Amino acid sequence: MTTSLDRVVTTLGHREPDRVPVFLLTTMHGAKTLGLSIRDYFARAEHVTEGQLRLLARYRGDCLYPFFHASLEVEAFGGETMFIDDGPPNAGEPVVRDPSAIDTLEPPRVADCPGLARVLTTIAALKARVGDTVPIVGVVISPFSLPVMQMGFEAYLDLLYNDPDRVARLMAVNHAFCVEWANAQLTAGATGICYFDPVSSITCVPRARYLETGQPVAKRTLARIAGPTATHLASGRAAGIVGDLADTGTAVIGVSCHEDPAALKAEAAGRVALLGNLNGVAMRTWSPTEAEAEVKRVIAAAGSGGGFILSDTHGEIPWQVPDEVLLAIRDAVDRWGCYPLDWVDGDRGPEPAS
Amino acid sequence: MVELKTELFDALASVDRLRAETAFDRALAEAPPLTVIETLIVPVLADLGEAWQEGRIALSQIYIGARVCEEMVARALPTPDRGQDGAPCGAIVVLCDYHMLGKRIVGSILRASGVALRDYGRMEVDALVDRVVADRLDILLISTLMLPAALKVREVRDGLARRGHRPRIAVGGAPFRFDPTLWQAVGADAMGETAADAIPIVQRWTESPR
Ligand code: B12
Repeated sequence: MTTSLDRVVTTLGHREPDRVPVFLLTTMHGAKTLGLSIRDYFARAEHVTEGQLRLLARYRGDCLYPFFHASLEVEAFGGETMFIDDGPPNAGEPVVRDPSAIDTLEPPRVADCPGLARVLTTIAALKARVGDTVPIVGVVISPFSLPVMQMGFEAYLDLLYNDPDRVARLMAVNHAFCVEWANAQLTAGATGICYFDPVSSITCVPRARYLETGQPVAKRTLARIAGPTATHLASGRAAGIVGDLADTGTAVIGVSCHEDPAALKAEAAGRVALLGNLNGVAMRTWSPTEAEAEVKRVIAAAGSGGGFILSDTHGEIPWQVPDEVLLAIRDAVDRWGCYPLDWVDGDRGPEPAS
Repeated sequence: MVELKTELFDALASVDRLRAETAFDRALAEAPPLTVIETLIVPVLADLGEAWQEGRIALSQIYIGARVCEEMVARALPTPDRGQDGAPCGAIVVLCDYHMLGKRIVGSILRASGVALRDYGRMEVDALVDRVVADRLDILLISTLMLPAALKVREVRDGLARRGHRPRIAVGGAPFRFDPTLWQAVGADAMGETAADAIPIVQRWTESPR
C-alpha cells in the first residue's frame, strides 16, 4: 500500500503518485478535539501529540504538523506569547526595542527554551507512532522574516532600508539560531522543515531587494539544514521569483490564493513543487459544495504531472474553519485527486478565486 | 502633471527620496499645495496601492512611499487639517491586534492627502466603544491583521448600536483582503483593499455627513 510518505516523495520528484497528497495544516483544531483551551493545549507536548494523531485520523491528511505557533521562536529570544480563546497566539512586545540592541544580541540555544523543547518532545513522540509512514513537517521562521516579531514590522522595514550593517548582524544571529532549531527538529524525527519566509514574498519586498537580502540568507541557511526543506510564503505572492526561490535549494513553495497556480507551476518548470493554495480565511464560510469546487479548481490548475501538494495558502487553517469543510476538502481529494487526472482537459484550470 | 505623476510614482517605487522631493517641488512651483496634494499626491498614492494589489510593487515600497509623501506634505502644508467647524470627526484604531503597520501606513497616507484623524492607538472592544461614544465620532477606521480581531468589528458595531451610536466604520487589513465578504458580515460600511482606499472613503463621508 502506498504510504503518505511515498506519495509525497513521488510528487516531490515531479511524478504522479496514486493521488494528490493533501496537507491539511491544522494546529489549533487539536485543542478542539481534546476539549482544551488553545493555551492549555499548547502547554504540553502530550496534548499536541495526541491532537495531531486525532487530526490525522479524522481528516486523513498526508502529514503531521507539530507546529505550535510562530511566537515560540520569540520566546527563545526572551519574548512572550499572548493567547486568545479563538485564534492563534501572537508574539508580545518586541524583544529588540532599539536597533542598537542588535549589536549585543546573541543567538539563544534551543535547549534553553522550554517552548522549543515541547515541540521536540512532540516530534519525537509522533515519530515513535508513525515511523516512516507519514511525513512529520517541522517549522522554522526564516532569519529574514523573524525580525518582524523581534522588533515590529515598521522598525524592521526602517532597518532594512537604512542600516545594512545591523541587518547583516541580525541575519547572522538569526541564521545561527534557525540552523540549530531546524536541525534539532530533524534529529528529533521531523522528515523535513518548512521554512516560513513571507517577508521574501513580492507582497512584502520587491524582487531586487529579495535578491540582495532574503535570498542569500535563505541560500546560506537552507544549505546548513540537514534535511529537505519547503519554503512557505504564508500567502505572500511568488510570481516572478519562483526560479529565485528554487535557486535557494528549497524543494517546495507554499503559494498564495491571490495567484494562479497554473502560472506558478509553469514558472516552476519542474524545478520546485508547489503547495497550496486554498484560501483559509474564506474557507470558514464555504459550503461542502464550494469546498469541492475549490479543490477541483486547484487540482485542475496544478495537479497534472505531480510536483504538487494540495494545502491551504497560509500554512495554518484558521480556528474558525468548521469540521465539515475540512472533511469536504478531504473527500473532494478522493473524488478529484486520483491520478491520472483524466477529467482535467487542456493544460489550464479555471481562473483563480480572489 | 501627468509626467510628474509618473516621475513621482517611479521615485517612490524605487525608494528614491531625493527624486520624489524634486518632483514634488516642481509641482509646487506650478500650483498651490492643496492642488498639488489633490492632483499629484493622492493619485500617485492610489496608483501605488493598486500596483500593490496587483503584485507589481511590495509593501516596503508602499510604507516608505507613504512616509515620504507624509513628510513632503507636512513641509509644504504645516497644518494639514482642512476640517472646519461642524466637519465630521474621525479616528483610526488597531482593534485587539498588536500589529500596527497597517494603521501607520493608512495614517501617513491620510495625512499626506490633507486629512487629519485622531489616532486611538490599539484598543479592546469595550474601551473603543466608550471612547467613540465620548468623542461623538462620525467616522471610525479600523485596522486588523488577525482574523479573530477582524471578527471583533461586529462587537464594536453592536456595542455602539446599543449605546445609540452609528458612526460610519471603514475596515482594512489582511483578513478583509482574503475574504472580500467579511467587511459586510461584521457590519462595516466600507472596506479598503489597500491603505490608499482610505482617502476616497473618508472624503466621501466628509462630503456627505449623516
Ligand atoms: C509577513 C507575515 C508574517 C510574518 C510577520 C507577521 C507579523 N506582521 O507579525 C511571520 C512569519 C512572523 C508571520 C507569523 C504569523 N502569521 Co502571518 N502573515 C504575514 C503576511 C504575509 C503579511 C503580514 C503583514 O504584516 N502585512 C503588513 C500589513 C500592513 O498588511 P495588511 O494588513 O494587508 O495592510 C494593508 C492593507 O490591507 C491596508 N490596510 C490595513 N489596515 C487598514 C485599515 C483601513 C481602514 C484601510 C482602508 C486599509 C487598511 O493597508 C496596508 C497596506 O496597503 C500575511 C499574509 C498576507 N499576504 O498579507 C500573513 C498573515 C497576516 N499571518 C497570519 C497568521 C495567522 C500568522 C500567525 C498567527 C501564525 C501562527 N500561528 O503563529 C503568526 C503571528 C506572528 C506574530 N506576530 O505573533 C494570517 C492572519 C489571518 C488569520 N488567519 O488569522 C495572515 C493574513 C495569513 C493568512 N492568509 O491567513 N506572518
